[in-house]
Amino acid sequence: MKITFPHMGNVYIAGKGMLEDLGREVVLPPPCSKKTLEIGTKYSPESICLPLKINIGNYIESIERGADTILLTGSCGPCRYGFYSVIEKNILKELGYNVDFIVFDPPEGKPSNLINSFKKAAGTDNVIKIFKGFYKGKKIIEKADNLTKLSNIKRAHAIYPEKVDNIMNDFYKDIEDVHGSSEIISFINYTNKRINSVKEKKQSEYMKVGIVGEIYTIIEPFVNLEIEKKLGHFGIEVEKSLTPSKWLSHHLGLGNIGISEERKKWKAAKPYLRTLVGGHGRETVGSAILYAKEDYDGVIQILPFNCMPEIVAESILPTVQKDYNIPILTLVVDEMTGEAGYLTRLEAFVDLLKKRREEKKNGELLLRG
Amino acid sequence: MNYKVGIPQGLLFYEYYPLWKEFFSELGVEVLLSTKTNKKILDSGVSNCVDDACLPVKVFHGHVIDLKDKVDFLFVPKIISVKKREFECPKILGLPEMVSNTIKDLPPIIDPEINLWKSEKNISDSITELGKVFNVNKSKTKKAYKKACNKYYDVRRHLNSHVIPIDAIKIYNKLLKNTNFKKKDRLNILLLGHPYNIYDEYISMNIIEKMVKQDINLITSDMVDTKKINYYSKKIPKRMFWTAGRRLIGSAYSLLEEEKVNGIIYVSSFGCGLDSILIDLVQRKASLKNIPFTLLTIDEHTGEAGINTRIEAFIDMMKWRLNDENNISTHG
Repeated sequence: MKITFPHMGNVYIAGKGMLEDLGREVVLPPPCSKKTLEIGTKYSPESICLPLKINIGNYIESIERGADTILLTGSCGPCRYGFYSVIEKNILKELGYNVDFIVFDPPEGKPSNLINSFKKAAGTDNVIKIFKGFYKGKKIIEKADNLTKLSNIKRAHAIYPEKVDNIMNDFYKDIEDVHGSSEIISFINYTNKRINSVKEKKQSEYMKVGIVGEIYTIIEPFVNLEIEKKLGHFGIEVEKSLTPSKWLSHHLGLGNIGISEERKKWKAAKPYLRTLVGGHGRETVGSAILYAKEDYDGVIQILPFNCMPEIVAESILPTVQKDYNIPILTLVVDEMTGEAGYLTRLEAFVDLLKKRREEKKNGELLLRG
Repeated sequence: MNYKVGIPQGLLFYEYYPLWKEFFSELGVEVLLSTKTNKKILDSGVSNCVDDACLPVKVFHGHVIDLKDKVDFLFVPKIISVKKREFECPKILGLPEMVSNTIKDLPPIIDPEINLWKSEKNISDSITELGKVFNVNKSKTKKAYKKACNKYYDVRRHLNSHVIPIDAIKIYNKLLKNTNFKKKDRLNILLLGHPYNIYDEYISMNIIEKMVKQDINLITSDMVDTKKINYYSKKIPKRMFWTAGRRLIGSAYSLLEEEKVNGIIYVSSFGCGLDSILIDLVQRKASLKNIPFTLLTIDEHTGEAGINTRIEAFIDMMKWRLNDENNISTHG
């Protein structure tokens, strides 16, 4: 059994480490590329959202590398992600690929299905072993996310941001050949040190931008056209409202006892959006408000074209923008997105943020004088 | 004081209007409907809504603008779930917020949260909350709701006697006396789509009337027995978690499996998230059963002539199929 799973930011690093610890063979899909998107667009329904198209591309590229089993998480509405597994199975079957799907759907009162899927994926009935693997996976994803976070801040601080890019490129290039959780963790630690050693500018204040929106487009760098990198090169610190480790901590318990970050976002969003709208629509509104309260310079919302929950959030964000006096830019991505137009909009937004900072500074000087 | 409540003629209006109307009348509240969808409503909706929203949501915004200066309250319920463990579309979930954040100078919005996801008993809280707005006490509100429900079921009952649902609402409004009943030796064509797309005569460009004129038996998913819908919607590998999805999939699958339909026309608004999944499921099943399937995508730019051509061509094709398919000359 050769296992693969779709790409989503750093998730593959943890998935690989965890499954390799359990003695499973993992076939990683090649990093998302134009080719991935082309394959996906060709075989997916026209009006489906972007993540499914990329998933299909990932699967086919993995199958060509020899994978025969696909792991996928599920959900039960109201976002259409819940039906990804059904549609994807149909597409691959129609194309004649004979692959096995293991879907981790929420238990909905019948936890046995979920437990069986875990056992099948792990290839063992030993629950303790699975639990251990899971624990290590969680540790890796947290470490990997912290690494990304560090690089996003460091890029703004560095004298030569390209150095950070190079280190991260090395990391992503070599991680595929590092096996097992302990080696992966030590490799992450090593990269961490390398990034920390990059020389910084002599500047005390940096501009900060928070990224909100649909979880997949925020996390997967290919889909958001490496927005963190682009902003980093403008000298802006980037913070993402959703990461795989945040998602995990919410869904693995913290959410239920009400102290997770998501709950804080819900509370902040309440005056604007009081109930769920599926996906992360409510979190988008809440995060934008929290960023505004933390004195961020601006907020960028990214969503795949036609994302239902994010459209609801998009129509609410102008009110947040007005009430909290924080610029919010909405970027919609799909297979037709052109990089040049995207970059122009980012540049214009950054110019606006810079101008606002200057004005604020001048205003303070004037008051003092 | 006599209150005037405005109900926009869009989205779930097409499913629950009789219920809402009866309920408000029982409470002694006057109901004012927005004008039927027209060019002005569509245009004002399009320019007052986020670009990425779908046509019915934009049209709904237009209806709100049409009503806002004429009424004391606007009724835009927050319908999250109408059945246990099922949801509505995310945009319907966030509808009151979408409206109140994009349109200025609105009268107060009555937006009771209707969420039966956990338990269908939750409705009584929403109803009481609604009564409070008009200073009506709990028991009176409940009685009004019960009466309204009974009337509503009466209207729905018409549907099982092959009355097209929008006609059922017209019967309810005493606008229509004669109805088309099912005839034999005619094509049975299933018109699929969300009620707010197919029953809105302006955005669907009168598709129902156009099809009925072609001498066919028109079926919509509301006309299929609920028991059958529930049974056949379970045929897909995953539990359907959308109420609209269950109805569309269940009705299409039941008619396809029981071979009661000659063709399917699916009307979908551009960018509908639910439809992107549902169309795929229905289309695959139809091609498996060798039943013709066509998709009409509508948005604010759709031209009527193109839609006419496609409907006519589709129905012609099916008539030929019915009459001539087995009469192919052996001489070629």
